[in-house]
Amino acid sequence: MIEVRDLTKSYGGKVAVDHLSFTVEPGRVTGFLGPNGAGKSTTMRLILGLDRPQGGTATIDGHPYRELHDPLRTVGALLEAKSVHSGRSARNHLLFLAQTQALPTSRVGEVLDLVGLRDVADKRAGSFSLGMSQRLGIAAAMLGDPRVLLLDEPVNGLDPEGVLWIRNLMKYLASQGRTILVSSHLMNEMAVTADHLIVIGRGRLIAEASTQEIIAGSSGQSVRVRTPEPDRLTSLLTAQGAKVVPPAPAGHGQQAPAGGTPDGAEAPDTAATLIVTGLTAPRIGELAASSSVVLHELTPQAASLEEAFMELTAGSLEFGQHGANPLAASEGSAR
Amino acid sequence: MTASSPVLPAERPAAPPPGHRAGFWHLMLAEWTKIRSVRSTSWTLLLFVVLTIGLTAGLTALIVSSWNGPRAAPRDARILADPVSFIFGAGIGLGQLTICVLGVLLITTEYSTGVIRASLLAVPRRLPMLAAKVIVTVIMLLIVAEIVAFGSFFVGSALLHSKVAVSLSDPGVTRATIGAGLYLTVLGVFALAIGLLIRHTAGAIATVIGIVLVLPILTGLLPGSWGAHVDAYMPEQAGSLITHAQQAAGGLLTPWEGFGVFCIWTALLLAAGAYLLRRRDA
Repeated sequence: MIEVRDLTKSYGGKVAVDHLSFTVEPGRVTGFLGPNGAGKSTTMRLILGLDRPQGGTATIDGHPYRELHDPLRTVGALLEAKSVHSGRSARNHLLFLAQTQALPTSRVGEVLDLVGLRDVADKRAGSFSLGMSQRLGIAAAMLGDPRVLLLDEPVNGLDPEGVLWIRNLMKYLASQGRTILVSSHLMNEMAVTADHLIVIGRGRLIAEASTQEIIAGSSGQSVRVRTPEPDRLTSLLTAQGAKVVPPAPAGHGQQAPAGGTPDGAEAPDTAATLIVTGLTAPRIGELAASSSVVLHELTPQAASLEEAFMELTAGSLEFGQHGANPLAASEGSAR
Repeated sequence: MTASSPVLPAERPAAPPPGHRAGFWHLMLAEWTKIRSVRSTSWTLLLFVVLTIGLTAGLTALIVSSWNGPRAAPRDARILADPVSFIFGAGIGLGQLTICVLGVLLITTEYSTGVIRASLLAVPRRLPMLAAKVIVTVIMLLIVAEIVAFGSFFVGSALLHSKVAVSLSDPGVTRATIGAGLYLTVLGVFALAIGLLIRHTAGAIATVIGIVLVLPILTGLLPGSWGAHVDAYMPEQAGSLITHAQQAAGGLLTPWEGFGVFCIWTALLLAAGAYLLRRRDA
């Protein structure tokens, strides 16, 4: 189990991780999501004792990483940045790591088999493709047969076969009761791999929930409505228990119709766009019709983790204001 | 790429893998694996051996061939006074630069390639890793440097034999020869410490070579008695005293004192590097 409490780190005044708290439970694959620069890699480096936090703690099974004896037997890590000497063979890279942990030399051959690099074990690591380098990194992570794994963008550079392989490996390892934290920017990959998600933005926790909850709780239940009478419609819908918010500011194609989609003869569209949660599209249409509110658009939002993620992170600042959102599983730590 | 079917680890819940708890010996083994498994180590060591012994032979042969030549009298007199320091000055003066490069590379390549992250993940307390690296470096350099020191001595003394006889049984000669190996070994650790502080290969090599080659020239120009003291206590000035059979007339430090001063410089730099290694983000 990985526990992160109030973790804070800034580099030269720029905050990378901001009072971040979450827990990674064993027995499932936990996805670690966030846009570039959200602080995923920094958080992992802090958990692994490579960087020192300004505040807060990160523990693995109750111990800070730096206090672990033979840490590779407890924790395996694949970092995004390369950590192999280009002139050293894969075998010797794994051999020196095994020696630091007093692991038997036979373990090197086992992990080389595990990742399928035995044939190139004595080649210089500098000649490896990105995919082979990733496999070598995974071999290093698995060397001590650790019960906790942190993988930073493990599918980077892997071919589809490799992606499938690492996905199955992670699921299998989780099923053995190991703790797996895997970061990725590939939301759809996480949707099929991770059981649980931790979403961060600007170093802060945005959501911590099961993958299903994240998908369901976000766009899946929301409806886009455009109306020239936003105030009337808002009061009408909120009276029925719906939650009505303006759309997330960052444009990901949703604002497209504003302006001149129809022929230019028409007067400028003054309609406002609203995102409604808690009511279905037919029900919103019925309510609007019964009160004679004009609707220009009524679109149920397609459900995908990608969109849920975009919505969550794009609105990361205003998110804190909507505490009622079911995703804010750990509101207190989100700020 | 082979692995089409996923080969999965043995079905069992996470239990401690076989093997004993790692001790310091295991860290030394690991550092030895790191050192021997990159080409730069064997290349720089080979260059060190060839350059040092080759230059010793070449320069000594040159001197012998021009013995008693025009205006060679003061030089010949100096060689007659302390043939050993001539022999070591000839080859080691340049050969030592390869040791500087090797010492720096042992640590800076960890930073430039990112291996330092793997190393520190394996040894998160960090200082045991550094200690193991220094000890393995010392053992390796001591063996190679003593071979080179004695090799240089035998080549140089054989070539000089027609002009001046010098043997290991002469006063101070065995100490100077062993001392040349010790000096080169500590120089390697000195360079490693600079590499640890600077972390970038080019900057660290430039700094070490500046200290070894340029600094003595500058401090040699300092005036007065305090200038002489500063000069005498500079790392390279003090350290190389041990390669002389006799203390120079008016020398401020004895050979062993000079070597001690060099060791203190190295220890201070290493301590500063160790402190930063613990403090800095990797």
